[in-house]
Amino acid sequence: MSNIPENLKYTKTHEWIDVQDDYTGICGITDHAQEMLTDIVFVELPEVGIEVKSGEQVAVVESVKAVSDVYAPVSGRIVEVNKTLEDSPDLLNSDPYGKGWIFKIDIKDKHELDELMDAAQYAEHVASGE
Amino acid sequence: MVSTMQTIFSLHKQGRNKYTVPQFGAENYDPIPQHLCRGELNLADVSEVDVVRHYRKLSSLNFGVDNGMYPLGSCTMKYNPKINDAVASLPQFTQQHPATIEELSQGSLHIMYSLQEMLCAITGMKQFTLMPAAGAHGELTSVMIIKKYFETKGEKRNIILIPDSAHGTNPASVAMCGFTVKEIPSNSDGDVDIDALRAAMDDNVAAMMLTCPNTLGLFDRNIMTIADILHSNGALFYCDGANLNAIVGKVRPADLGFDIMHVNLHKTFSTPHGGGGPGSGPIGVVEKLTPFMPVPVIAKKDNQFYLDYERPQSIGRVHSYYGNFLVMLRAYTYILMLGASGLKQVAEHAVVNANYLRVKLQKHFNLPYTRICMHEFVINDEGMPNGITTNEIAKRLLDYGFHAPTVYFPLIVHGAMMIEPTETEHRDTLDAFVDTMIAIKNEANTNPEVLKAAPHTTPVRKVDAVLAARKPVLKWEE
Amino acid sequence: MSFLPNSDDDIRSMCNEIGVNSVEDLFVDIPSTVKNPDIQLPSPLSEQEAMHSLLRIANTNKRVCSLVGGGIYHHYVPAVVDHLSSRSEFYTAYTPYQPEVSQGTLAAIFEFQTYMCRLTGMDIANASMYDGATALAEAVLMAVRTTRKNNVLCSAAVHPHYRQVLATYAWASDISLQIVPYKNGATDYNELSHIINDTVACVVVQSPNFFGVIEDIEKVAHIAHEHKALCIATFTEAMSLGLLKSPGECGADIACGEGQSFGNYPANGGPLLGILACKKEFMRTIPGRLIGKTVDEDGRECYVMTLQTREQHIRRERATSNICTNEGLCALRATIYLGLVGNRLVEIARTNHTAASYCLEQLVNLGYERVFDASFFNEFVIKINNAKDVQNKLMDNGFALGIPLETYYPELSDCLLVTATECTTKDDIDTLVKLLQTI
Repeated sequence: MSNIPENLKYTKTHEWIDVQDDYTGICGITDHAQEMLTDIVFVELPEVGIEVKSGEQVAVVESVKAVSDVYAPVSGRIVEVNKTLEDSPDLLNSDPYGKGWIFKIDIKDKHELDELMDAAQYAEHVASGE
Repeated sequence: MVSTMQTIFSLHKQGRNKYTVPQFGAENYDPIPQHLCRGELNLADVSEVDVVRHYRKLSSLNFGVDNGMYPLGSCTMKYNPKINDAVASLPQFTQQHPATIEELSQGSLHIMYSLQEMLCAITGMKQFTLMPAAGAHGELTSVMIIKKYFETKGEKRNIILIPDSAHGTNPASVAMCGFTVKEIPSNSDGDVDIDALRAAMDDNVAAMMLTCPNTLGLFDRNIMTIADILHSNGALFYCDGANLNAIVGKVRPADLGFDIMHVNLHKTFSTPHGGGGPGSGPIGVVEKLTPFMPVPVIAKKDNQFYLDYERPQSIGRVHSYYGNFLVMLRAYTYILMLGASGLKQVAEHAVVNANYLRVKLQKHFNLPYTRICMHEFVINDEGMPNGITTNEIAKRLLDYGFHAPTVYFPLIVHGAMMIEPTETEHRDTLDAFVDTMIAIKNEANTNPEVLKAAPHTTPVRKVDAVLAARKPVLKWEE
Repeated sequence: MSFLPNSDDDIRSMCNEIGVNSVEDLFVDIPSTVKNPDIQLPSPLSEQEAMHSLLRIANTNKRVCSLVGGGIYHHYVPAVVDHLSSRSEFYTAYTPYQPEVSQGTLAAIFEFQTYMCRLTGMDIANASMYDGATALAEAVLMAVRTTRKNNVLCSAAVHPHYRQVLATYAWASDISLQIVPYKNGATDYNELSHIINDTVACVVVQSPNFFGVIEDIEKVAHIAHEHKALCIATFTEAMSLGLLKSPGECGADIACGEGQSFGNYPANGGPLLGILACKKEFMRTIPGRLIGKTVDEDGRECYVMTLQTREQHIRRERATSNICTNEGLCALRATIYLGLVGNRLVEIARTNHTAASYCLEQLVNLGYERVFDASFFNEFVIKINNAKDVQNKLMDNGFALGIPLETYYPELSDCLLVTATECTTKDDIDTLVKLLQTI
């Protein structure tokens, strides 16, 4: 049973976003995603300063048996990336919602947040097996 | 208990190396200026007896076809005849420099030309090149030929269709030439979904790549329809010939509608796999694609063999010389010994062996496709007791003295285990394999722990691949 | 000759168990209109007849005393190399996907990677590529991927076949390739400074180059880095790594080339041994297999294929390359060779140079022109009037003197690339000189 914190928003592609008061969003991959990938060995972080569109591939997560693309939950500018993942990619497994955050994004259009799922919807999505 | 696996570097000791270099017999003329030279070299200095014992020991940690059955699906791990190696050791061949003038290299040119002709006869293709050094290299060269064909015609097509069951080298080769991959699903019978193919077909499609028989070990029953759909849209049909062992001598790929194909000499034509090469991936084409073949082309005129560089529409060179010659030599010898009748029997025996295993194993393991298979078939771990996985079954097989089959490929079957016995295993070995698989199934029921902890009796046990990827150590350091 | 162990009875009874009447029933899915064609091949032979036939063909290859190099080299292959590499556990094994039963292959390739790093002065080397030419092409693709730039500069003194393969790969991947002219037998470094700009992904230089000349890799690396381009140093004669300053020491980012000189035969140009090595920052973009050290669950040190997610079988169309089978056994042979000669490699390399220098001096004494003054390793360019005639006459007397350069470089008419190695004896050269005096 994977962990799905209530306060976050989710994408169909298993990313989460924690929206701050100043409309920046901290983003990462969900517990379900890290479980499916198993031991993560490498994270290719996005470049700071780039503009991305919602749904655009921004990062890559590598485990021993697979490579997975990470997509931007919303459009905006990447303002910070979690450099500790370079030496400790395992944080994505052990603490996907905390120390395993991947990037921070300056949200361009807050209405895009309405298109994301809440915890209950995401739980259903995971259960449906997509 | 941590034991160090010795590398040659840990055997280094000053004074042990007695290798003698012959003296030239004249002073060192015009020595190279010091600033262009390196500092001290730090290779390992060991005695010859150390070298021999070290590598002999390493060899004992390996499992090859000469050790036992190696049912790796899609790899065709058949017996490698030793006569092939004897021929490939003849100094008339090994000592020959590729830039030797043609008059003095008629022997080598003869071998290459003849092998080209033999492969044309076997596949129905008009012309073969032996230049690609591996199957993937052959695929890449083929995609280049496809690209050049359309470029010359002035048609802009940038999509190549690939079934969802394809080997990873297919989309990788396609991407390397700037094409986009479009995946076509397989239907529940394991054939290409014809409706999906028709829907995906348009003027943008340059070609379709198909392994024949496919990576499920099944012969696509709509193959000529697929060829028609492609040809009527002006597209080309590429055959990934990795599985040729199933049909060699029984049908020629050109007759099925393929325009271009690669073969793997180290699969169908018995040359050894070498622990990761050298292989050889010759490609054959129909008449209209011959102008684009790589240079040089081995040709014959008035009973003399020569290298033809007059190929204005060629894609150019894809290898520094002519390809993996000593591998070609082995394949040539093999085909010479077997002849057409022998090759046909290879396919027949390979297919009988695979179907025999299929019907015996299907009583105990899940078989996603139950129809007649070709030279290989796929089972998976669905329904295995106690959640035992394909990987665990594979590792346990190692304990019983078999090499594991191919696992987790093709991707369209979850937990796939692809089994290809080849024609060089006899019935007793096949029966032993079946008995072992049944024993493992029983263990899954009664003693799953022993499977989960497998392998037990191999030189090393389960390796930590995560550590190797998180903290890569790619060379020896003190 | 047949390698089919099952008898007709076996086959019949197996068909019975399968539930078919005959073997033909198993081929039901093949369209009947094209099934069982008449394939025209020579009649089958026994092993004995095959060997006899092959010997007849082999003997139409003629052996001469060869001062020919230019990308493939005659070096002595010690007996131990054939002996150990023909152990069937090594050569009948597959790619080491099951590490528990492949430690032999994995450990040997780990050693190979180590040797290549030490010789090229790089941090990482892969398990091999097909040959030096495709290794160069893949190195260039790697540089393009890493820098995200699309223009490539390549010296005209790089082996013509390598440049041709590079041109083919560049055309296929839509990469722009520009050739930098040579001057006095080496890359024209001034011209390079003028041509290069910030859109260049990499500069390719070969050392020793096709003319045998030792290039100034440091200078090229400096120029490349000023424009945020990578410096790729390629080589065709791996033996030179035993004596010359390594590409890594000279500031190259990627070293690639041909390893045939270590323990592999000329063999009409294949199988060969592509080497690809790089600085550690390129670890995730280097194509090909990588063997890494790890431990098993009992704590034993062992080896495994690692960083495989970059490779085709996982990454598929996003892979760093499509390479699957490489040149494993050739890498093993190189490893055994280097294990046997160890640091005596320096002496072997020096002998190569001594033999070539002596040869050059004798030819110059006969009145032939040394075309390039620059320092060389074991090959040099000499100009002989009516070179073709001279070569033909020498051939009739059992000598192959070099490779004519005219087809590759039209301005170098009557010029020959002459090569000597540790296999070229003083007697060979003295005999050659006597012959030339009579021509």
